[in-house]
Amino acid sequence: MTMNNHTDASVIEAIALRKSYGTHDVLKGLDLSLTRGEVVALIGPSGSGKSTFIRCLNMLEIPTEGTIRFRQKKVGDRFRDNGEEIGIGTLRRHVGMVFQHFNLFPHKTVLQNVTEGPIIVCKTSKREAEERAMDLLAQVGLAEKHAAYPNHLSGGQKQRVAIARALAMQPEVLLLDEVTSALDPELVGEVLAVIRRLAEEGMTMAIVTHEMAFAADVANRVLFLDQGVIAEAGSANDVILNPQNPRLQAFVARFRG
Amino acid sequence: MTYNWDFHSVWQFYDLFLYGLWISVLYTIGSIFFGVIIGFATCAARLSRWWMFRTIARIYQEIFRCTPLLVQLLWFYYAFPLLVGGSIDNRVAGMLTLSLYVGAFYAEIFRGGIVSIDRGQREAAAAIGMSPWQSMTRIILPQALKRVLPSFINQSVIQFKNTSLVSVISVADLAYMAAVVNGQTYRPLESYTVMAALYILMLLPLTQAADWIERRLRVSD
Repeated sequence: MTMNNHTDASVIEAIALRKSYGTHDVLKGLDLSLTRGEVVALIGPSGSGKSTFIRCLNMLEIPTEGTIRFRQKKVGDRFRDNGEEIGIGTLRRHVGMVFQHFNLFPHKTVLQNVTEGPIIVCKTSKREAEERAMDLLAQVGLAEKHAAYPNHLSGGQKQRVAIARALAMQPEVLLLDEVTSALDPELVGEVLAVIRRLAEEGMTMAIVTHEMAFAADVANRVLFLDQGVIAEAGSANDVILNPQNPRLQAFVARFRG
Repeated sequence: MTYNWDFHSVWQFYDLFLYGLWISVLYTIGSIFFGVIIGFATCAARLSRWWMFRTIARIYQEIFRCTPLLVQLLWFYYAFPLLVGGSIDNRVAGMLTLSLYVGAFYAEIFRGGIVSIDRGQREAAAAIGMSPWQSMTRIILPQALKRVLPSFINQSVIQFKNTSLVSVISVADLAYMAAVVNGQTYRPLESYTVMAALYILMLLPLTQAADWIERRLRVSD
């Protein structure tokens, strides 16, 4: 998890991204560039397109228009690399994602969930993958649960396993899609603590969240999405603590309670 | 009514019953084997992104699900040869029809299992870089097949019973042999009771196993 490779060049980039379902435009031309070690928080009302947006970053949603660039190369529409274009499979191998509903593999143990990607996708040896997985599980505080099946874990534990599963691929970017929204309030803290530590260690992350205090705390940059566009962007201080846009003011006020 | 049961005269022909039972088991196992292959292929076609495959698979399924198996057997044995010119062996016609019939149902069972798996599973597999094939074989299918195992066994139990219909095209299965024994002994009550008892004997363990598996799956979910 060391990524002290600081450069100003973007790791992943979205250019003029549009996404429509039929006649419904969810994303209406968004741009974003993540530099190494940067943590960007995406906030906004539900239906504003923030989940769709980060799901476009690893091509779980195929953009209707616009480009994703990874390591300054265009991501193509094929699974494998194609000439100058990076394949979707390659992109996803280096860009991890954690989901709101965990999506752990219920037929595999905690350890197998974490080793599945390295063994099957990266062809890492089983022994090496298991060693690294145990190490990651220890980091998220779940080493003793390695033989358990996901059904026997709490929501917070599941989400920490899901984070370990994503980290096992040694991603350059981590996408977090409302990772605490499905958790009981008392379990949110343990997951946020793990993410906070990743941020401190320099992991590049795009985080969709409703946790305003958390976003203000860990993000270098906060984007406010509204009706499919980036309505306001800036430091956490500007966007969350001193919002200018009236809709953003209303939104932030509601979450501050 | 007093009836003098006489199983003895019928049981003299136990070797005919056992031979018939053996044939029934063979047709069951054979048609399940080919049916699983046909079922997987049809299921894959149904889930394909090319509409041609989807349509062909759908037409095949509907033809075999919407006609009685008896009609299919008669058609394949008596009508199909006229269509292509030549003749078809009754055992081949029987196995072919049984396989195509059960394949259509298996395809629907497999498909139902696959589409019942939460979309998040496929997304999680994709998000760690798995190819669609890896995602299907390592994540989706293991869960889907486990989920449909009870339905699969039920369909296979039905299939065992369905093999009795091949007797109408003179395949010497258990039902056919029971009729033969009846012809020899003029003892329909005993002949057909022995036949029924043999079917129960074969299938009871299977239905019990299906129930047991279903209960276990419910617990582990």
